[in-house]
Amino acid sequence: MKKIFKNLYLVAAVLVVAGASCKKDSTTTPPVVTYYMGGDAIGRPAINTVFVTTADKDNFNGTIPSVMGAAFQTKFKTQLLALNPGYTTNALTLTADQFTGLLSTDVLNVSPTAKTTFFDGTNVLTGRALADDVIHTELLLVFGGPAGTSNPTLTDDHVPANDKAFLTSFPYMASPW
Amino acid sequence: MQKKNIFAVAVAVIALAGGIVWASDHVDAPAVIGQSTDITDLYAFQGATASNLVFVVNTQGLLAPSATGAAKFDANTLIQINIDNTGDNVEDLVIQAIYDGTNMKFYGPVAPSSTGLKSKLEGAVTAQVAVTAYGAASPTMATGANGMQVFAGPRDDPFFFDLNQYHKIIAGTATGFNNPGSDAFAGTNVMGLVVEVPKSLLGTPTGGKFNVWAQTKKKI
Repeated sequence: MKKIFKNLYLVAAVLVVAGASCKKDSTTTPPVVTYYMGGDAIGRPAINTVFVTTADKDNFNGTIPSVMGAAFQTKFKTQLLALNPGYTTNALTLTADQFTGLLSTDVLNVSPTAKTTFFDGTNVLTGRALADDVIHTELLLVFGGPAGTSNPTLTDDHVPANDKAFLTSFPYMASPW
Repeated sequence: MQKKNIFAVAVAVIALAGGIVWASDHVDAPAVIGQSTDITDLYAFQGATASNLVFVVNTQGLLAPSATGAAKFDANTLIQINIDNTGDNVEDLVIQAIYDGTNMKFYGPVAPSSTGLKSKLEGAVTAQVAVTAYGAASPTMATGANGMQVFAGPRDDPFFFDLNQYHKIIAGTATGFNNPGSDAFAGTNVMGLVVEVPKSLLGTPTGGKFNVWAQTKKKI
């Protein structure tokens, strides 16, 4: 192993010398490519915070969406049934397996043609607008049962809107406080 | 059965009442708490111009007004919006943003040279905008050659939730929400990024919907 490294070093040295001899007067340095990795990730709102256990939170952020379902669906189901042991189905008629199967691949679905909203009573998961009351939607789907009427004290936090009005044009978000 | 339920609730309490202030994706995981990489929320919606889609990625949440003036984007943190238009949850296009100390520079939408956790800046800068200063009378906006409109700077956190009551419910000290509730994010700011893109640059999604997610990545 050591020998291989030594040989590689020699080859590298030869290459450097060869390179220098034919580009003697060049001061150009090869482009250095900068890479970035790690950090945070988000698809749908509040998924990591609600459905991922403390021990898995960094791991979830570091898992690419295409393999999230296989890695986390069972864990999400455990978490869903911990939050609501009486879960049967929800207003989207999804069983615990189906609901957690959907959520564990943490991407935001966005339609280029339909109205873009997390849920507006008609359109489901076609985007996320600033004014969407996503927490109410998620509480309803977790606690509300098939008719959205179960656990009524848990299905709405009664904060239906932002504390500042959004703009109707770019950049849409309100000015800072 | 009763015992099992109690155990289940206990697990939920341990898992969720981590003693930190979280919501949506604010400070969601140990490695990003207090970091420039902490994403608070992702939004995607049709723009005021119907042929455009708007992506919003907010970071560094829960900024008090007194702390907002000192808040900065980080030149070592890449913010990346990933767009899958083939239905396999692998990014086909990316929009990237990186701060150079003055401007936020945007790349894409472009097919990335590789997918996954590790990224490099892809192609040429397609738009750039000066970061709007805290207290500025109006937001600084810019439009790139491809028609992409961009903004970067402090904004009111658009997220709303009675987080404190939720904590009490999870901790077992309350049985439900109050009416009216109290928005724990009222009066706080985020460092926001807004990108408005012509839909024509994003392709036609298989199955009728794009799959979109945002990542922050640290320079390595």
